[in-house]
Amino acid sequence: MLRTLTAWATLASLLTVAPAFAQGQVQEAQARIQGTFIDLSGTWANRLHEDWIERAPGPHIGDYTGLPINDEARAVADAYQVSMQNMPERQCILYTTQYIVMGPQNLRIQQELDPISGAVVAFHLSGTVDRAVHDIWMDGRPHPSPSAPHTAGGFSTGKWEGRMLTVTTTHLKSGLVWRNGVPHSDQATMVEHYARHENMLTVTMILTDPVYWEEPFIRSATFELDANTRVLPEPCEPQVEIPRPPGEVPHYLPGANPYLAEFPKMYNLPVEAARGGAKTTYPEYGKALRSTYKAPDKCTVYCCGGTPLAAMNNNQGACRADDAPATPPATAPPAANPPASPPARRQ
Amino acid sequence: MVYVAACTFTSLAAQQGRGAAPQGRGAAPAAPAAPAPPPTGKAGAPVDLTGTWVSVVTEDWRWRMITPPKGDYASLPITMDAKKAADAWDPAKDEAAGEACKGYGAPGLMRQPTRLRITWQDDNTMKMEADAGTQTRLFHFGDWKAPGGAPSIQGDTTASWETGARGRGGNQPPPMFGNLKTVTKNLKPGYLRKNGVPYGDKATLTEYWDLMRQPNGDQWIVITTVVEDPTYLSRTWITSLNFKKEANGSKWDPSPCSAR
Repeated sequence: MLRTLTAWATLASLLTVAPAFAQGQVQEAQARIQGTFIDLSGTWANRLHEDWIERAPGPHIGDYTGLPINDEARAVADAYQVSMQNMPERQCILYTTQYIVMGPQNLRIQQELDPISGAVVAFHLSGTVDRAVHDIWMDGRPHPSPSAPHTAGGFSTGKWEGRMLTVTTTHLKSGLVWRNGVPHSDQATMVEHYARHENMLTVTMILTDPVYWEEPFIRSATFELDANTRVLPEPCEPQVEIPRPPGEVPHYLPGANPYLAEFPKMYNLPVEAARGGAKTTYPEYGKALRSTYKAPDKCTVYCCGGTPLAAMNNNQGACRADDAPATPPATAPPAANPPASPPARRQ
Repeated sequence: MVYVAACTFTSLAAQQGRGAAPQGRGAAPAAPAAPAPPPTGKAGAPVDLTGTWVSVVTEDWRWRMITPPKGDYASLPITMDAKKAADAWDPAKDEAAGEACKGYGAPGLMRQPTRLRITWQDDNTMKMEADAGTQTRLFHFGDWKAPGGAPSIQGDTTASWETGARGRGGNQPPPMFGNLKTVTKNLKPGYLRKNGVPYGDKATLTEYWDLMRQPNGDQWIVITTVVEDPTYLSRTWITSLNFKKEANGSKWDPSPCSAR
């Protein structure tokens, strides 16, 4: 009863005192009264039960499978050399907020409350290591003008749809979607849905980008509420990790990336499948592919990755028997193998 | 502003099921109405999941769109027993034994590249067909009890709507938001991944089906999927799967199970 009265009081005060920002808070009050309001705050652990290779060690060079990208995106990704990230001026560039469902990190969500009404003004999703903070404004404020600055966090507003929080993000900077160079542009927008089921939080992200993507790109990741999870920000301090001549930017010229053929060869995939594209994400593509596809005889790379058996081979090659020596992968390392030197520190 | 507030208050009161009947002073007390029966699964649906849905494989593509090589267990929290079973995977043996559908049991089926056709079989039974492997799952609402027979490929599934809404009586319209929860047990052993990574007969599959509407008119179902298996998993395996609604069933293309 007290909660209901508080929600009514909040609603009444918002309607009379703060009309400009009342819409979002009216919606929250409605949700509280209806019992559909969900508190998303807490620390959420990323279990990496999907896309372990992409999220943990990083995708292979030239692996664009399942990505509905266009030729422009392929050209950018083919030219990418991960050591570009070692350049001091690039070390502290953050992944944009879509990386919540692409990266390996955990998530902390905090509520910012109006000190008078107690209404949720915003949710703040932690940045961590190399991911931008994600602020989701719940008070009904409008998105800024199209000419406003774009940032790694973008500008996000949220609304409740029953017990699901739906978030719209604009004003993103261009960034990497996958760590092998697959990009999104600064024209990209994002719709996210946060659905909590018991102690699980499924974050679904649909990225729409007219520059690099043929179709809206959907990804989802499920996190578990875990009070023991650590979500540490890492302040960044650029430092020289690899000495280079002034002005040198690691890259491959068009057609000159020598590693693109390795990924399809490793898995006996046709080159076309490795190059991605919207048509490769639908069942009919798989059906046609399976009629001719023959998998390698056995797994050779990252076979235990993310499993409890991983300690047997340090996440690298085949899941060996207990008494067999670990064998390093025979091919080039994936695009985003961690550098030998410590990661850059941010501040 | 006052008008808006009044309208909002009235609307909220109506949604709580309060204020609908006059309670004027001096009116004769109304006889207590018999409690309305709970709505059927179909009548109580807060969202419409019926239609044809296509899996858009943008995640785990190499493990779902094709059958990965033997010994590829990445991302799966499997036990050593599971590894041993997967290392013994032989699709020719499965075919010879008439077990080509082991990768199409409910926990594996939903990760296949497939189309789903969802309809109401009756007021308390939702039917989900998949064209991959030509499989059918039935979701039973209400107080349905599993018959308790032999385990089957698709098992026994109970279903309920989760709305979180308070204050609803049986005669209230269903809320406009909510999700489907299904729990599947009594599964015949099968494969989580088509390269022979197993689940056992004690496995339970719990799924949360969320409908997501997009500004461009697209509709998606995202299914948060939890597999528990004391035999072959060291902990729950949690994934989420994405299906996009199609305008019609013109691309529906049933195919038999394949062990390879």
